Amino acid sequence: MLARDDQSPQQSRLKRTPLHALHVARGGKMVPFAGYDMPVQYPTGVLREHLHTRAGAGLFDVSHMGQIELRAKSGRVEDAALALERLVPQDILAVAPGRQRYAQFTNDAGGILDDLMVANFGSHLFLVANAACKTEDEAHLRAHLSEACEIEPLADRALIALQGPKAESVLGKLCTNVSAMRFMDAGPHRVNDIDCFVSRSGYTGEDGFEISVPAQHAESLAAALLADGDVLPIGLGARDSLRLEAGLCLYGHDIDTSTTPVEGALEWSIQKSRRTGGARAGGFAGAQKILAQFATGAPRRRVGLKPEGRAPVREGTPIFATETSAERIGTVTSGGFGPSLNAPVAMGYLPPPHTTIGGRVFAELRGQRLPLQIAPMPFVPNNYKR
Amino acid sequence: MTTLFTSDHEWLRIEGDVATIGVTDYAQSQLGDVVFVELPKVGRSLKKAEAAAVVESVKAASDVYAPISGVVTEVNGALATEPALVNSDAAGKAWFFKLKIADKSELDGLMDEAAYKAHTA
Repeated sequence: MLARDDQSPQQSRLKRTPLHALHVARGGKMVPFAGYDMPVQYPTGVLREHLHTRAGAGLFDVSHMGQIELRAKSGRVEDAALALERLVPQDILAVAPGRQRYAQFTNDAGGILDDLMVANFGSHLFLVANAACKTEDEAHLRAHLSEACEIEPLADRALIALQGPKAESVLGKLCTNVSAMRFMDAGPHRVNDIDCFVSRSGYTGEDGFEISVPAQHAESLAAALLADGDVLPIGLGARDSLRLEAGLCLYGHDIDTSTTPVEGALEWSIQKSRRTGGARAGGFAGAQKILAQFATGAPRRRVGLKPEGRAPVREGTPIFATETSAERIGTVTSGGFGPSLNAPVAMGYLPPPHTTIGGRVFAELRGQRLPLQIAPMPFVPNNYKR
Repeated sequence: MTTLFTSDHEWLRIEGDVATIGVTDYAQSQLGDVVFVELPKVGRSLKKAEAAAVVESVKAASDVYAPISGVVTEVNGALATEPALVNSDAAGKAWFFKLKIADKSELDGLMDEAAYKAHTA
């Protein structure tokens, strides 16, 4: 047997998060991911880790992600927001203190350089970006915003996600005011007697929190959370199946520099104020292309795909309009097995008119054409506390 | 009845000129939770080292290669409805397929249980 699509092992020196020793002690199966030695699963296994997160609470080490502070030289957070709006198509000025918003860095062609979270901490903005892109993101911020802003990557902090229906009750034992937070609230909180930044958000479709903690306190905080009987550590394998069922994009797979936010079906994340006719329309990288696609539609679009039958249809699988047509019309960008659905699940790009919900296309898998149904996302209903 | 093993973590149970083939317990422990198994069609003629079956976990797909040449005489339909059998009973109920052995000399290169244990140690 040979793994068909496992990541190739990297011999180069991998970085470690502050929770590395904990992963190893817990029996984590360590793999290279974005330059870090990360747990893909624990002895619990991907299937049970996934289901446990949807039923109880899962603890994820996401310390490899980039945490960046953006401060306006003027001292006014509004100036940092307006500066950042040159690089993202989102309304950042409207993010109230204590709130967070999903955003994308775009390039001049309208492609996506990275997707990120932007929180308003009152005096400054706090950004969380993908591990694989964080160095480029920092350079991008410096190249475009250095005149107006101080850009400070916070290298000495860990990031711990606690996700699932029991996340609130678990974190509530270590932090007094979490139940007052709603989805996408973000700000400083005392957790386990440590000064942390907490947001009520995540990457699983479940209610949950992301906790930014100083590196030297990461292990004690993780241990305190894991001491709760409702919490299990969860690896990257289940993180991927959870976000896939939630219909959330994985950067570098479902979105990248060749896809615009409109093609990526992320229009919901671009507020009216930045669209044509809005108070601050355009003025971001790639605005011409992206706003034109708002008006006329995109030549292709990310859709949810439900394979009929049991066979998982994975990333890179070509898609055809019919069982026999010769012309490839699209590609699966993420696909696997959804443990909560107990069925295969995928997403990919298709041109209109094949993007209509309920429509049928065909994946070519090992020489056979398998039917896929165009399905609404999320595949599993969100469980956010709005 | 003899049981032989490949370095690719398959087992073969030899009874007369028929080999029953599956994946080892070590293989299933490496794969993790199996969610799908694709088996060859009965009557298919397989060459040694040809991709014969696919076993998929939540996160990855792996090929199972024909350890020897032969014609598929039977496949284990239970794996279609209960792929998790591969995790619970890899060496028994989760057999994949049976082959009518084309060339018994191909068995010579395979490992016995002691050699396989040393291989995975």
